[in-house]
Amino acid sequence: MLYSEKVMDHFTNPRNVGTMEDADGIGEVGNAKCGDIMKIFLKIKNDIIIDVKFSTFGCGSAIASSSMATEMIKGKPLSQALELTNKAVVEALDGLPAHKLHCSVLAEEAVKAAVKDYYDRNGIAYDHGKFVQTHDCGHCGED
Amino acid sequence: MNRIYVDNAATTKMSRKAVKAMLPYLEERYGNPSSLHTAGQLAAEALFNARREIAERLGADVKEIYFTSGGSESDNQALISAAEAGARKGKKHIISQKTEHHAILNTLKKLEKQGFEITLLDVDGEGSITAEQVRSAIRGDTALVTTMTANNEIGTLYPIKEIAEVCRAKGVLFHTDAVQAVGHIPLDVHEIGCDMLSLSAHKFHGPKGVGALYVRNGLMPSCIIEGGAQERGRRAGTENIAGICSMAAALNEAATAIPEDTPKLTAMRDRLIAGLSEIPHSVLNGSTTNRLPGNVNMCFEGIEGESLLLLLDAKGICASSGSACTSGSLDPSHVLLAIGRPHEVAHGSLRLTLSSENTPDEVEFIIRSVKEVVEYLRNMSPIWQELQEGKRNYVIQ
Repeated sequence: MLYSEKVMDHFTNPRNVGTMEDADGIGEVGNAKCGDIMKIFLKIKNDIIIDVKFSTFGCGSAIASSSMATEMIKGKPLSQALELTNKAVVEALDGLPAHKLHCSVLAEEAVKAAVKDYYDRNGIAYDHGKFVQTHDCGHCGED
Repeated sequence: MNRIYVDNAATTKMSRKAVKAMLPYLEERYGNPSSLHTAGQLAAEALFNARREIAERLGADVKEIYFTSGGSESDNQALISAAEAGARKGKKHIISQKTEHHAILNTLKKLEKQGFEITLLDVDGEGSITAEQVRSAIRGDTALVTTMTANNEIGTLYPIKEIAEVCRAKGVLFHTDAVQAVGHIPLDVHEIGCDMLSLSAHKFHGPKGVGALYVRNGLMPSCIIEGGAQERGRRAGTENIAGICSMAAALNEAATAIPEDTPKLTAMRDRLIAGLSEIPHSVLNGSTTNRLPGNVNMCFEGIEGESLLLLLDAKGICASSGSACTSGSLDPSHVLLAIGRPHEVAHGSLRLTLSSENTPDEVEFIIRSVKEVVEYLRNMSPIWQELQEGKRNYVIQ
């Protein structure tokens, strides 16, 4: 099989699917032209992520990565969410095929983008160096 | 779980007759047709009979059939043969079109690197070209025109008879990749008027790893696999006797069944198209009428094809998509892009290719399942949300 059981579980029964009317931070990354867009919504209280939702346009591994990433940051302090790496998402999913690794990168970036959005909305100072987008894809950046 | 296989353009299940036709050559008659002894001569006789049967089915002469390992090899050999013959006369221009199979497109790229000039004709919205386009593109140094008989993704049928006529009038060789058409629609090489034609057994319920190239008498195919003198010195390697005999049986069976199968397949195809077209913001790729009897290809806006396939597979439906994620490349199907679908829509394509084993009940189950899965995926798609909220414009109305 192409995907691990974990990936298939998170793909067929994704956790935290949906949107949020009153999100405190929203992060959207990816590009329709490339075939994947990930959007993450955060509800934050006292620097803790008290709720998280996602919506994703993409392949099985993109949906599974979104689901896993949201599970990994739910209930966690923002500082911990910012430490989430794509590698940790891949490990939690028991691996992704090599050509699908970019899906886990998108998940990491979507989380960071949502936290950044929260900081920006609330005028909270942060280290810009932590939010450099590393996702590199032939089409992204175009619209 | 009941499995519904609707990916017959990828490959087909072998028919009972095709399997039975192989067995004697795997068990008792395993001789090498090049051997002088009885065991070898029995194999040689089987090889001759299979060649004759296949030639008869195509309206060809027995000497015009060369066995290969399949469609890709046939395409490679056809193009290289025409290129080498052209180059000897200083003709180094080849014409094809944008929706060809990669066995054609990548061979053309290779020839381009070797100094050939390649013209790839644009296709219309249904994926086809006209003989007039070919006529205008032919030059004094054109060595070959190659266009497929039927498209593997969207099922579009090409006007190969008209194109062949133009080529003949201009003295240019014409090859057609008929891999998706042989055994599915009636074909006769003399009626078409082609100089070369490729076919592959596993697309018509024969085995994988065997195919043939028809080359008109008077033309000599180039040898691309060097070695022994098999296939009259044009293709080395001990013949795949079991595969070849099985291919002949499969072709006989498939060609005989065309009159009976076509109306059944067409009815199921059209029901699928009508049922799936009820999904809002969906579109048929290719023509409603000028297409293979068993081919359906649709795009659904706002979703991605790989996740669609995985969820259909979970319901027991084996289908295919032109999404980049299913190909391992960054770009979605070159065919869908060529007919003008934007990237984001081409990612959301679904191909269903029927065989006569499929039933109307399966068709209804597929329609219900695709509707459910598309709705489910749209509900979690940020693109779909933006489309619904009017923040993004629908590409498919």
